[in-house]
Amino acid sequence: MTLNTQPNIPDPDGFYDTLLAAHDGLTKGQSDALNARLILVLANHIGDRGILSEALEAARQT
Amino acid sequence: MVGATYALAHELYPYTAVPDQSAQAPVHHPVVIIGGGPIGVATGLDLAQKGSPALILDDHEGVGQGSRAICFAKRTLEIADRLGAGPDMVEKGVVWNVGRVFHGDGEVFNFNLLPEDGHKNPAFINLQQPYFEKFLMDALRRAEAAGKPIEIRGRNVVTGIEQDEDRVTLQIDTPDGPYSVTADYVIACDGARSPTRDLMGLSFEGRVFEDNFLIADVKMTADFPTERWFWFEPPLAEAPQSALLHKQPDDVWRIDFQLGWDIDRKAELEEGRIRQRIDEFLPNGTEYELVWTSIYTFQCRRMERFRHGRVIFAGDSAHQVSPFGARGANSGMQDADNLAWKLDLVLKGHAPDGLLDSYNEERAFAADENILNSTRATDFLTPKSEMSKIFRNAVLTLAKDQAFARPMVNSGRLSVPCTYDGHSLNGEDRLGGPERTRPGSPCPDADLGNGFLLDQLTGRFTLLAIGTEARDHPGLAGIRVHSVSLPNPSDTLRDRYLGAAPHALYLIRPDQHIVARWRDATAEQITQALKTATAQT
Ligand SMILES: Cc1cc2nc3c(=O)[nH]c(=O)nc-3n(C[C@H](O)[C@H](O)[C@H](O)COP(=O)(O)OP(=O)(O)OC[C@H]3O[C@@H](n4cnc5c(N)ncnc54)[C@H](O)[C@@H]3O)c2cc1C
Repeated sequence: MTLNTQPNIPDPDGFYDTLLAAHDGLTKGQSDALNARLILVLANHIGDRGILSEALEAARQT
Repeated sequence: MVGATYALAHELYPYTAVPDQSAQAPVHHPVVIIGGGPIGVATGLDLAQKGSPALILDDHEGVGQGSRAICFAKRTLEIADRLGAGPDMVEKGVVWNVGRVFHGDGEVFNFNLLPEDGHKNPAFINLQQPYFEKFLMDALRRAEAAGKPIEIRGRNVVTGIEQDEDRVTLQIDTPDGPYSVTADYVIACDGARSPTRDLMGLSFEGRVFEDNFLIADVKMTADFPTERWFWFEPPLAEAPQSALLHKQPDDVWRIDFQLGWDIDRKAELEEGRIRQRIDEFLPNGTEYELVWTSIYTFQCRRMERFRHGRVIFAGDSAHQVSPFGARGANSGMQDADNLAWKLDLVLKGHAPDGLLDSYNEERAFAADENILNSTRATDFLTPKSEMSKIFRNAVLTLAKDQAFARPMVNSGRLSVPCTYDGHSLNGEDRLGGPERTRPGSPCPDADLGNGFLLDQLTGRFTLLAIGTEARDHPGLAGIRVHSVSLPNPSDTLRDRYLGAAPHALYLIRPDQHIVARWRDATAEQITQALKTATAQT
């Protein structure tokens, strides 16, 4: 398996909205903590070390 | 005064003058070991039990009082068992299985090590290092009384070392003045500050962790359970970044506070200050006595090579780790285990000197594994940046309700022995057997129904036949092969050594690591594996 960098979320605007809403009313510190937890939860779901490395690489390249 | 830089817990080898000191020319010894710490004593004892004479020189007259190691792993107990000190350790030690992790004022989760069945020794014991060392010394004295060629000299401070192609010459200082001896090989087990390393101008590179740990051993009869309690960010005034509570024998508890980098060391070591911290940490009104306190900083580093000609480094002199994961003494004991049989064969002329290079190859590899593990633990305990702290605390927050985050919580990955995968002494794997018993692995113990497997592997090359009878093998130029047959394997033995195979032959090194395994092997195949395992190819 390789990292899917093609559109994959059926409702991109809706997801983006939900992501921002999750941060509503949080301080910078709380938001940073939420992001960190979210990354860990998602990373665990993906599980595959190869894909996780590709994802890190993709995020770093921009 | 010569030697004696620290107070003793047990005086075990008081200075006495020996004839070497008044000899005209330096007296020659096959092996001299510098340092009578746990690793020097274990190495000397192992050599002597194999019949190779060993002389240990220590700058003190016994075991120091300082409280350092408390956590000893199964592999260490197995090695100590082979040396005759294991039962005393297990009897005195505290066995623990449950650990609890706290963050702030609440418990995050707890775990049970659930040790695997079918092992003679527990996964871990807690035991004060002075006891550990004393039991090794007791075994040494028993070996000496039984006529084994071992000697230890107290207040013999090594002050100079030189080597040429044929021998090493040591300068030694004593209360009666200096003398010198020569040796075929010298093993430097003189600790993290190794004077031998300095005398030879060798470097010791690595990382210092910018953190101070206050270690307090307190005696109290309070009724805490025998568990390992680890707090991240405990809710204490002038909060230490972490705290640890762990039980030792004699109603002594190890308390550890992580104080950070910028501290007033002297003020922190004042009894009143220490009591203030402990009073706040323990339940109200708990009575206790301070047994030992000290502040340590930790580093992870190793020598580039553990062998320099006829001088070989073992234990803390060769590598140092932070104590999270208890990989200091535990890995040093594996150095001793690895080195003694090799040096014994070389001294007896049964294997080439090149066999000693495999000590460096295997143990430097193990040191890297240990350093990696303790560095990762230290990074989790002491986040190095704002973001690493955010992630660390995210892991701790999630761990309370989400099982997936618990394995990421790292307060030390407890020491397990190294598998020498892909190393030059490994022979063939022609069994298709279980992963954990592939060549290079330390033999896992197994319950045989009437005893334990490791008790059958007594420091010699062993041909182990499982589910079949071993044939005798003639050995190889002075190296004898001992046969053990277990024709009716127990379930644990089958599970660990056969897997789906109906029967197997294993060739096992004197240090209980696996050389090669087959479903069936010809005498030539076994001979070839023996040659490989003794660097004769
Ligand atoms: C706070 C703390 C906690 C620890 N916890 C653990 C743990 O739980 N588990 C674990 O496995 N490890 C632990 N360790 C590590 C463990 O204590 C060491 O790895 C272990 O003591 C190393 O043994 P050694 O024989 O190599 O060296 P040492 O114990 O340092 O012995 C060296 C000996 O050489 C002698 N010597 C030095 N110079 C000379 C000289 N010139 N001539 C003659 N003799 C000399 C010294 O006096 C000493 O007797 C801990 C360490 C610390 C500091």
